Amino acid sequence: MSINLAAQINSIMAALILLTAFGLLVQRRMYGLLHLFAWQGLFLSVSTAIVGYVSGAHHLYISSILTLALKVVLIPYILHFLIRQLHIHKEVEQLVNVPTTMLIGIALVIFSYYLTAPIRELSTLVTRSTLAVALATVMLGLLMMITRRHAVTQIIGFLALENGLFFAATSATYGMPLVVELGVALDILIAAFIFGIFFFQIRTTFDSLDVEQMTKLKEED
Amino acid sequence: MTLLILLGVSFFSAIILAFVGDRKFAPEINILGSAATFAAGVGLAIEVYMHGPMTAGGKFFFVDAFNVYLSVLTSFVSMTTAVFSRRYMRWEREHGRVGHWGMRFYHAMFQLFIFAMLLALLTNNVGVLWIAMELATLSTVLLVSLYRTPTAIEAAWKYFILCGVGIALALFGTVLLYFAAEKVLGEGGEALLWTNLSQVSDKLEPTVLSLAFVFLMVGYGTKVGLAPLHNWLPDAHSEGPTPISAVLSGLLLNIALYALVRCKVLVDGATGTHQAGYIMMGFGLLSILVAAFSLLRQKDVKRMFAYSSIEHMGIATFAFGLGGQIATFGALLHMLVHSLTKSSIFFTAGHASQMHRTQEMDKIKGLLRGNPLVGWGLMFGVMAIVGMPPFGVFVSEFLILTATMKDAPLLTPLLLIGLGVAFAALFRRVQPMVAGLVPANQHPLKAAHIPVILHMLLVLIIGLYMPDFLSQWFHTAVELLK
Repeated sequence: MSINLAAQINSIMAALILLTAFGLLVQRRMYGLLHLFAWQGLFLSVSTAIVGYVSGAHHLYISSILTLALKVVLIPYILHFLIRQLHIHKEVEQLVNVPTTMLIGIALVIFSYYLTAPIRELSTLVTRSTLAVALATVMLGLLMMITRRHAVTQIIGFLALENGLFFAATSATYGMPLVVELGVALDILIAAFIFGIFFFQIRTTFDSLDVEQMTKLKEED
Repeated sequence: MTLLILLGVSFFSAIILAFVGDRKFAPEINILGSAATFAAGVGLAIEVYMHGPMTAGGKFFFVDAFNVYLSVLTSFVSMTTAVFSRRYMRWEREHGRVGHWGMRFYHAMFQLFIFAMLLALLTNNVGVLWIAMELATLSTVLLVSLYRTPTAIEAAWKYFILCGVGIALALFGTVLLYFAAEKVLGEGGEALLWTNLSQVSDKLEPTVLSLAFVFLMVGYGTKVGLAPLHNWLPDAHSEGPTPISAVLSGLLLNIALYALVRCKVLVDGATGTHQAGYIMMGFGLLSILVAAFSLLRQKDVKRMFAYSSIEHMGIATFAFGLGGQIATFGALLHMLVHSLTKSSIFFTAGHASQMHRTQEMDKIKGLLRGNPLVGWGLMFGVMAIVGMPPFGVFVSEFLILTATMKDAPLLTPLLLIGLGVAFAALFRRVQPMVAGLVPANQHPLKAAHIPVILHMLLVLIIGLYMPDFLSQWFHTAVELLK
């Protein structure tokens, strides 16, 4: 596989990651969200493996497998389990202002390209053009957490944001040092267990996972 | 070697305590583990004092004047908090606020949290620093929701989401930092080592580092509790168990500020300008003012002191941003005395709310008569925290004010307004709480006095006379951070 071809495949993966990020932004159904998230993880894993192959940085294979195991298999499985246990698989979230959200999303993508422009010029890596996409994925994850009200959706937004960070690390620098990537993966795994416990705590206390109900704590006048 | 013991003790105590669970002697093991950690911390400090900065574990860890004093402080406050939590948590257990599994979880997570903070302090790798910060967040999230009340769960969820997102942005900043470092130091783990980075900071690409600093500032700034990113802090501090409020406020905020300052040194070296300092000054000043005016409206005692923490973290951030010898010295001292004073205040405030079965300040009265040590402890704690002489906070705030008058005279009035308003707000609230007759809703309580007395004595001693080794460390740290 020539470097050019690999770079092009990588760009396609980047485009698909961005596409899934937009999909996550407006998907209403729980399982739909979960599948989109798993797809995003798969694209990320493939992209990491390609970058590893092109650059000869073999530790990227390990992070690729780690992504596959964690973001495509384990975390979606945990979420699937939780959604079934909590009987929320039929819940459909009400979304307001889908067009506006999409427009803000597009603006964020453009902003990311603008922000990373100086870095693109400095970098010599074949993956440099995807850094903007990575930052855009981070921003879209943030936007998702702001616009959605369901606890599960917010967590998926958070994980999508983390995907963006991972992607940024591979596209800007051919991956962080292995000890850091392993540590980050461990943190995400712990976080997965914590939000699992949280869902049950929220459910038993508030009877639903709509975080809009949590408005008791604020400054009184 | 001492360094590995220091980290290992808290880690293994966490595992042991997870198995010991709710047995009668669990609090004693917790104290023992923390005391051993403190002893190792002192041992490490003596080693560094005799031989100067050092690295260990194949450059994976390193100790210099800046992080050694914070390590000793962290292990000390965690030890006294463990002593305090023995009586405090027993009361909570007896009154049914926390159950069997809650106690097991509490003790194990307490030690894991201390491990995470010490790892963040001692690691040489900027990436591992991030991991440890995240671990410190994760280990305390479920402690904040320990009581399972709706408000506690809301607070913990807010803490989890806001700090999770904040710290994720700091990771993006770290990626950018690595991107710049890799060009100079080559690929691999070596490029993220602080000892290597600080030597070549002037060769790092300035545009990338200024972009990285924005992300690091927002990310770690969320954890420091700087306005306008502070929303999680008052909730988490007021809803969690008091020992956790004490360590969150006294230690975790310090560690986050430590991470931020480390990054600032690199950015300053790369850009050669004072840009990062100005950003920190802005955030710091805003936090002081926002917190001071929020203090006026508080009704919940722990919530009020949480806002006071935001104010003091703002002061330290402002001073680090200001830079220069006096301001940096003041900021380092301020981190120390604020940590000691604030955790002591939380100890007394926690006991006061146990005595009155409420955290509402309107219902807390007559502490001086009801339980003199709690009353006087709170009184002296507040006097110290608002910056009255002869306590240590007065010295650090005085230094910072002097430096501000010299380097940024126009900001002095703003700083003074913040300090003045905070002074008035805290005093107005504390006086009715400690004075007056014992009300009907007050119940007697066996309080833990030793931690409070110890902390207040230390703050007093530092205010009157600074030991040689401490000032020498601070001077070395000031040189490092220049």
